[in-house]
Amino acid sequence: MCLAIPGQIVELSAEQPALAKVDVGGVKRSVNIGLLENERVGPGDWVLIHVGFAMSKIGESQARDQLRMLQALGEDELAMEEIRGYRFSQ
Amino acid sequence: MKYVDEFRDPKLISNVAREIARTADPDRHYRIMEVCGGHTHAIYRHGLKNLLPGNVELIHGPGCPVCVLPMGRIDDGLAIAQQPNVIFTAFGDMMRVPGTKGTPLELKARGFDIRMVYSPLDALRIAQTNPGKHVMFFAIGFETTAPSTALTLQRARALNARNFSVFCNHVTIVPAIRAILDSPDMRLDAFVGPGHVSTVTGCRPYEFIARDYGKPVVISGFEPLDILESILMILGQLRSGEARVENQYRRIVPWEGNLPALRAMGDVFELRPYFEWRGLGFISQSALKLSNAFAAWDAEVQFEVPGVRVTDPKAAQCGEVLKGVLKPPQCKLFGKECNPEHPIGALMVSSEGACAAYYRYVHRDEPVSV
Ligand code: SF4
Repeated sequence: MCLAIPGQIVELSAEQPALAKVDVGGVKRSVNIGLLENERVGPGDWVLIHVGFAMSKIGESQARDQLRMLQALGEDELAMEEIRGYRFSQ
Repeated sequence: MKYVDEFRDPKLISNVAREIARTADPDRHYRIMEVCGGHTHAIYRHGLKNLLPGNVELIHGPGCPVCVLPMGRIDDGLAIAQQPNVIFTAFGDMMRVPGTKGTPLELKARGFDIRMVYSPLDALRIAQTNPGKHVMFFAIGFETTAPSTALTLQRARALNARNFSVFCNHVTIVPAIRAILDSPDMRLDAFVGPGHVSTVTGCRPYEFIARDYGKPVVISGFEPLDILESILMILGQLRSGEARVENQYRRIVPWEGNLPALRAMGDVFELRPYFEWRGLGFISQSALKLSNAFAAWDAEVQFEVPGVRVTDPKAAQCGEVLKGVLKPPQCKLFGKECNPEHPIGALMVSSEGACAAYYRYVHRDEPVSV
């Protein structure tokens, strides 16, 4: 639950401005970007995801750091499971 | 230093370790609390203790939301789950946490509709696709997670989803730190501050710790190098007699926090006058409840909640371990009655709980080390 998962925004949603599609290790899911309203985000940007919400915009190297850290902690599988588990936009 | 080779920058790691040894005063014993369960996990997993001089002791703090939740709240949540037509939803971490009459998973096996979700938005989604049922989301977490619940509730209101409610167990970290500082059996020198919680709260809420209690706080990232650097920053402050809030995790944590998240929390939640923390007792203004405007989505308003208070099994010493007074293996049940397959206390359930982390990474290698 306390995972912070890095993902890259693939596209914003025209009908639902609070959602964006992100790519996490090849798995694409929608996440809520309502907490980033003060930052301009778009395709190509990296974000940290927590329980279905983008928490903060991060740089690409930070995203890679974060991914490596999840691997080092043995939590990368859990993170993928969480991303695959998001159902709310389907 | 047996783990050093596994690190990405073994050289940098040993440099910082050497710097730490140089900075620590050999005539002094340091007690540094890492507040966040994520740090506890990382510290055990990477064997960071082996890189620190013997007089620099790390104390594991209360920063695992599953671990500090009193058993009575689990019983209350499960009482709602047993009402007719209710679907109980919670994060996976909650599923194996024992209440007095079993875990959510065991209740599910007895036929109740209990579902694991990865996001509160998934719980809301289940409510929308099951209009004839009531979906209750068992919300838990610190400030990292509370904004997600807040936004989900705002969305439920916008959709007028009346068959959805939240059983709110969100807690806030700062009052717990204050309670620990005020506790007479606590002798701490400094804090490694939580990383992801601080992306929401920012660094200001910790300033009183430096100002009023004279203890350094360093907000830290989760990589071994981050944690060691933070410890070095703390020792540097202590050596020069300073006490400040420093942000080692600047690459993620903005000093001011996440304003939209704080605003959403302010809209949806209000502070409870007091809330019970497992091991720490009642702490005033340390938890969130839904504000009156959201009463229609508040499970504590919509259901008769028994409000049970349960004391932990006598031999279980979760409270002492949570406060850092005892180390996990000093609990009489550790590794015997209480183990990851059959957890008795929540500290053995969550991977961020000190007992589970100790069991997994230390217990097997060096059972005598405390
Ligand atoms: S070993 Fe089990 S009972 Fe003892 S403190 Fe840890 S979680 Fe609690």
